[in-house]
Amino acid sequence: MAINFKPDELEKLLAHGARDYPSECCGVLLGRADGESKEVAEAVPLRNLRHDPTRAQELLPVDDPSRESEKNRFLIDPEDQLQVEKDSRARGLEVLGYYHSHPDHPARPSNYDREHAWPWYSYVIMSVERGEAKEVTSWVLSKDRLRFEQEDLKAL
Amino acid sequence: MAVKVVIPTPLRQFAGKKDSVEIDASTVGEALAGLTSQFGDLRKHLFNEEGKLRSFVNVYVNDEDIRFLQKDQTPVHESDVISIVPSIAGGSLICCICS
Repeated sequence: MAINFKPDELEKLLAHGARDYPSECCGVLLGRADGESKEVAEAVPLRNLRHDPTRAQELLPVDDPSRESEKNRFLIDPEDQLQVEKDSRARGLEVLGYYHSHPDHPARPSNYDREHAWPWYSYVIMSVERGEAKEVTSWVLSKDRLRFEQEDLKAL
Repeated sequence: MAVKVVIPTPLRQFAGKKDSVEIDASTVGEALAGLTSQFGDLRKHLFNEEGKLRSFVNVYVNDEDIRFLQKDQTPVHESDVISIVPSIAGGSLICCICS
C-alpha cells in the first residue's frame, strides 16, 4: 500500500503542524484511490474540536479532561466531516484518510489512535519537535483492528 | 418498512462492496442489528466487545445525530437515510504502539 502526495500538499500539511504547535493539528486528505495506491490531490486543514472541550466531551468524551487536551488529543467534528465528504464528492474526489500531528512525540500511532480508527483510511502522522515538523508517516489499520501497518508515503 | 443505510467507503469491503443497503427496520437499533447480521464482518468496526456502539461511531438519521434523538431507539420511517460517520480522533498521549 502506498500514499502519494503532490509536493505542495505535503508542504502544506507540514506547515499546518508547525503553525498549530504546541497543539495537535488535524485535517483531511482528498484525492483518488486506485487499488492499493492513493493519490492525494489536496490536504485540507480542519479545526481540532478539543479546543472546544464542552462540544468535544459531548461527542467523544475523554477519560481525564485535566490531562487530555488539544495538546495531546484531536477530534474532528463529524459535522465538518460530513460537509467535507459532500463537497469532495461533488468535485469528484474521495476522502482517502486524515492527518494529525504529534507535538514533541514520534510520528507513530498511539493505542488511542488505533482504538479510534477504521481500516482502509490512511492515517498520516507528523512529529513536530519544538515547533518544527520532522518526520511524517502513514498508517492503515489491519482488518482485525489489532495493529496499524505502515504504508509508503511519497511526494510525487 | 425499508430504510437506506449508507455504508462509508472504509467499511464497504465488509458489506459486499455496496455503498448502501436497504434494511427492514422500525428503529435505528433494528437497522444496525439487521445490517450486521447480514454482514457479520462489519460488527467489530461498529460495536465493541460488549455489543455497544463504539464511542467514536456516530449515527445520523437524515442529518440528525441519534445521540440527540432517542439513540438506538430512534424511530425510522420509509425513505429515511441512516449515515454512519466515524469521529476522527487520536493523539499522542500514551504514545506509542505500532506494528
